[in-house]
Amino acid sequence: MSGLHLRAISHAFGSHKVLSGVSVFAAPGELVCLLGPSGCGKTTLLRLAAGLETLQTGQVEINGTIVADGKDRHQMPPEQRGVGLMFQDYALFPHLNVRDNIAFGLDPVKGGRRSQWIDEALATMGLTAYADAYPHTLSGGQQQRVALIRALAPGPQILLLDEPFSGLDVTRRAQIRADTLELVKKSGVATLMVTHDPEEAMFMADRILVMNEGRVVQDGSPVDLYFQPADTFVAEFFGPVNQFNGIVKDGRAETPLGSFDAPGLADGAQVDIMIRPEGFRLSFANETPKPMPGDPDNLMILQGTLEVVTARPLGRSSFIVLKLANGRTIETRIPGVFLPGAGSQVSAAVNTRQVHIFKTT
Amino acid sequence: MTAQAQRPPLIGHLLPKIQFSPWTLGALVIAALVATPILTVLYIAVTDTSHIWEHLYNSVLGLYLERTLLLMAGVGTGTLVIGTGTAWLVTMCRFRGSRIFEWALLLPLAVPAYVLAFVVTDQLEYAGNVQVALRSLFGWTRPQDYWFPEIRSMGGAITVMTLVLYPYVYLLARAAFLEQSVCVLEVSRTLGKTALGSFIHVAVPLARPAIVVGVTLVLMEVINDFGTVDYFAVRTFTAGIFDVWLNMNSMGGAAQLSSVLLLVVLVLIVTERLARRDRKFHHTSGKYSELPSYRLSGPRAFLAFTACALPVLLGFILPAAVLTHYAFRFYEETLSADYFSFVANSLILSASAAVLALIIGLFLAYAVRLSSGPWVKIASRTASIGYAVPGAILAVGVLWPTGALDQSLSWIGGHLGFSIGAVLIGTIAPVVYGYLVRFLALSYGTAEASLGKITPSMDGAARTLGASPAGALQRVHFPLMRGSLLTAAILVFVDCMKELPLTMILRPFNFDTLATFVFQYASDELLEESALGALTIVGAGIIPVILLSVTIARSRPGSR
Amino acid sequence: MNRFIKSIALAAIAFTSVGAAQQATAEEVNLYSYRQPFLIEPLLNSFTEETGIKVNIVFADKGMLEKIKAAGENNPADAVLTVDIGRLYALKQAGVFAPVDSDVLKANIPAHLRDPENLWFGLTQRSRIALVSKERVKEGELKTYEELADPKFKGRICIRSGKNAYNVALIASMIAHHGKAETKAWLEGVKANLARKPQGNDRAQSKAVYEGQCDIAISNTYYVGKMQTNDEKPEQKKWAEAVRVTFLNQGSDQRGAHMNVSGAGVLKGAKNRDAAVKLVEWLSKEKAQHIYAEVNFEYPTNPKVEPSQLVKSWGDFKSDTLSMEDIAKNREEATKLVDEVNFDEGPTS
Repeated sequence: MSGLHLRAISHAFGSHKVLSGVSVFAAPGELVCLLGPSGCGKTTLLRLAAGLETLQTGQVEINGTIVADGKDRHQMPPEQRGVGLMFQDYALFPHLNVRDNIAFGLDPVKGGRRSQWIDEALATMGLTAYADAYPHTLSGGQQQRVALIRALAPGPQILLLDEPFSGLDVTRRAQIRADTLELVKKSGVATLMVTHDPEEAMFMADRILVMNEGRVVQDGSPVDLYFQPADTFVAEFFGPVNQFNGIVKDGRAETPLGSFDAPGLADGAQVDIMIRPEGFRLSFANETPKPMPGDPDNLMILQGTLEVVTARPLGRSSFIVLKLANGRTIETRIPGVFLPGAGSQVSAAVNTRQVHIFKTT
Repeated sequence: MTAQAQRPPLIGHLLPKIQFSPWTLGALVIAALVATPILTVLYIAVTDTSHIWEHLYNSVLGLYLERTLLLMAGVGTGTLVIGTGTAWLVTMCRFRGSRIFEWALLLPLAVPAYVLAFVVTDQLEYAGNVQVALRSLFGWTRPQDYWFPEIRSMGGAITVMTLVLYPYVYLLARAAFLEQSVCVLEVSRTLGKTALGSFIHVAVPLARPAIVVGVTLVLMEVINDFGTVDYFAVRTFTAGIFDVWLNMNSMGGAAQLSSVLLLVVLVLIVTERLARRDRKFHHTSGKYSELPSYRLSGPRAFLAFTACALPVLLGFILPAAVLTHYAFRFYEETLSADYFSFVANSLILSASAAVLALIIGLFLAYAVRLSSGPWVKIASRTASIGYAVPGAILAVGVLWPTGALDQSLSWIGGHLGFSIGAVLIGTIAPVVYGYLVRFLALSYGTAEASLGKITPSMDGAARTLGASPAGALQRVHFPLMRGSLLTAAILVFVDCMKELPLTMILRPFNFDTLATFVFQYASDELLEESALGALTIVGAGIIPVILLSVTIARSRPGSR
Repeated sequence: MNRFIKSIALAAIAFTSVGAAQQATAEEVNLYSYRQPFLIEPLLNSFTEETGIKVNIVFADKGMLEKIKAAGENNPADAVLTVDIGRLYALKQAGVFAPVDSDVLKANIPAHLRDPENLWFGLTQRSRIALVSKERVKEGELKTYEELADPKFKGRICIRSGKNAYNVALIASMIAHHGKAETKAWLEGVKANLARKPQGNDRAQSKAVYEGQCDIAISNTYYVGKMQTNDEKPEQKKWAEAVRVTFLNQGSDQRGAHMNVSGAGVLKGAKNRDAAVKLVEWLSKEKAQHIYAEVNFEYPTNPKVEPSQLVKSWGDFKSDTLSMEDIAKNREEATKLVDEVNFDEGPTS
């Protein structure tokens, strides 16, 4: 079976367990993101796939070949697996120039055939002028691109990216992400990328696996994860939320904002209700909040008005803190510029797709 | 994450399975070979039944310990202050002569401690030039007329050993300072610390691992020194070891005392490791602009100049001058055809030991990096503890296994119908073996430290790009470590040139090195006759030492 | 890395060639020596000239016994040459000497200066004497070893470390004559009389007398000769001039001056036993004994050979006839006494 298969992998450092029965699959041409907070085991998983860490339990298969199996302690050394791995710190060899770094993984005899590929890749990435430069003279973005080209140069069967953009300036990140995605997609290999940044994951990934404490908590498309988080952890991980505690009554969860549909939850159950700031629609008190494109038909209009605590412009959106009748505040985020004065009253509505209800655990 | 993955905690991991990769297996075999003499000494100690402890405990043991600790404290402090201070001055400040001091400060490394002891005593004792001059100046005629510090004393021993040993600390501290990011120093200055304050609160703590390694090397040298303390009549633990061995005819008792020394050293090393365990000393910033180079002038420049000049003057120029003087006066007696064969012998021995120690040290350090369990590391550490064993005792530890090997070879030979005789004993093989056991700590330690500076992702990158472990070592680590490895080889080389007790006991017939040649006169306090040989040892040490300094200056990240 | 491999290969060649070189010559003898080569070279050269037997030598001041034992039957050495009865006795006790039944040796060396079982043979003798300041010590002021503990010499004695083999032997002889308790008291007395912390070698003690640091130096006899004839360093002649050679315990009812020997023995399993025996015999003969006497200022053990003129000028003396074995047996006890009275800390502590 082609692609990268990681099956039921568990791993521990001494008595410290870092992975418990994790399975991951990436098809050729597919980019799968492992998303999770630091310490969730995602980098270890990457290292296990590459063979840099000895597999303890589970199985690693690359394009139909079992390269590691915990059962018979079979371990194919990393250099035979045909993986391209790009490190968070790029790990460029300081004693080699850009061209020699990239050519490192090439067979000195047969490597000649790839030299054209290298020239093209350098040109695509705007690095042609730096072929003879040493790594420490390059900017972070340039180093990142050299590292990516180096990982792809030998024509790996799978590509592994460990936090590939974490060392970059925010301003340069978007462009480099796009360039990277293009190069990776062009290579057509199964790619596994590790990141802790949900926005990055959603931009890059065909599929995202959210990991926490050594387990996969959710596996799905970026849209699935954003709109249908499996639990509070995933919901919170994808951005700030306004959280309420409530009890289910007649199939609806009660909150100070009103009650929301809570399908499948028994009456009397304790629940956490999470509403994303961008799920709110606001208008001045004398108007009715208008739906936005993509809002469901049942945009829920809230009763009464709410007091504005602060309103700040963020450029593409406005950030407004409101005070509820019971005194607690909620955060909202409205596209465009909407800046009601502090102390004024506004009307509000909620897009119910941005409301997530989970049974309290 | 990644860092943790590289170093699984030792505790809770006590009995992991050993995976027998060629590297692991090779490392364990080599480590076992190198550790054999040390283990032999322990074995002799454990199986001995002589009862020297009661006597020692009731008489001089406390005194030995007190003296040893005092000597360690004195030399440790002295080398720490001089080594670190001068390293900082020449690295961070510019003053007249600072460029020269960069390498000149290393020169005392080439002077054997016992030689400096002779020279210092020769000059400072009652009949020496200094006191003669003082007497004629002040009109004193008898020793009772004035006070002059006792040269053959603890103070004298501390001074002499500090002067020849501080270069270890200087060497490592300077390398560490050169590697430091200037950013952290600038941050310190903007936070209101003076240049000196930044030195004490930022630069030294950051360089601590290197400085500690340097001081540890110094302390091990102090612990196992016999020649100097004997000459200065300072009764240390080592003096006690030889007393038990030679005067009480108890090799076993001597081995027991040596084992106690080893224990002390182990405690030293473990304490240091534990203290360092949870701290990170990786540099967080990759920015290495030019070092600040505070330009000193006036009294400050003078003070800096004096601080750097004194150690060089006393530790190198004085002994070199005195030796040169005597060498000229007595060259007819000592410069014979044999002299050149002694030089050749010294060079061959030292060079082969340096190369071997380098290869083995690198192999072990790399095997430790490759292996996941603690076994290879423990084995390698054990193998490199020979530095702390007095040379003559270690020589006995070398003699047993080589003798046993010889005997088994001739036993096999006898069964096959031909006589082999001594294959090893009676050649220079045991000498090189002994050097290796003794000085592996230098090459292994340096290789380990140097590897530690290469991030594990370099290994990962090389491996995923298709390089085997050996290929990665050759194509990535070795080029990156070249400077440090040269340093290690030179340290071993210079130390072998100076080495005496192992050479003397293990060498074959009619085989003299410069050190044994010097000693046959020096043992009878005939400084003048030994001067030419001693001067040659010093001279042979200078060239690599200067080479070393150049390498370090080039090693700064970002400078090519 | 290739260069490394080449260097290893070179080193390996070096090892083997050194080993091979020794097997080339026809007749030879392999000697372990505790004496510095420059002291014995004139002797050995003369031996080779006369007999055609080549002498291969290793000099070391410690570790020889362990080297012999570790090599076992492969031990390459044939004979050992050493100073101090302690080392001869230790070698004997370790069982590495083979007896030599030689009429030559029996004829040349008096019985009390060789091992009863013919395991070692004394080749030279030296006495442990007092070198006293001609200016500050009157004739007859110091007569015996026992008197060194007399408070009248407080602050006037210089001596090297109590752990030195020659001092250990002297103290061992005191134990043999007076018992342990009395010797300990004596040693404490000597320590209290020291002018300075024990240090340096014997020569340095005479120098200290010359310089006025002390009045009495304890020394082996031959050092006097070496100082008196040192043309290279004429200052040493002045040191020797400042002192008067004083043999101790010379009274008619007294035991005589303490003696020590240098000697040799042939090793068990010696590959060149005949040559080794020849060497030891040769060293006991008149020619060698004469060289010993003239060059090293030692007392020949061969009664047919006179000491050198210079040595004779120090005067005749009576030597202690205590057997060498009795001295050797008390060495360990003597060493412990040095520790117990903390001798090497000198007069202050």
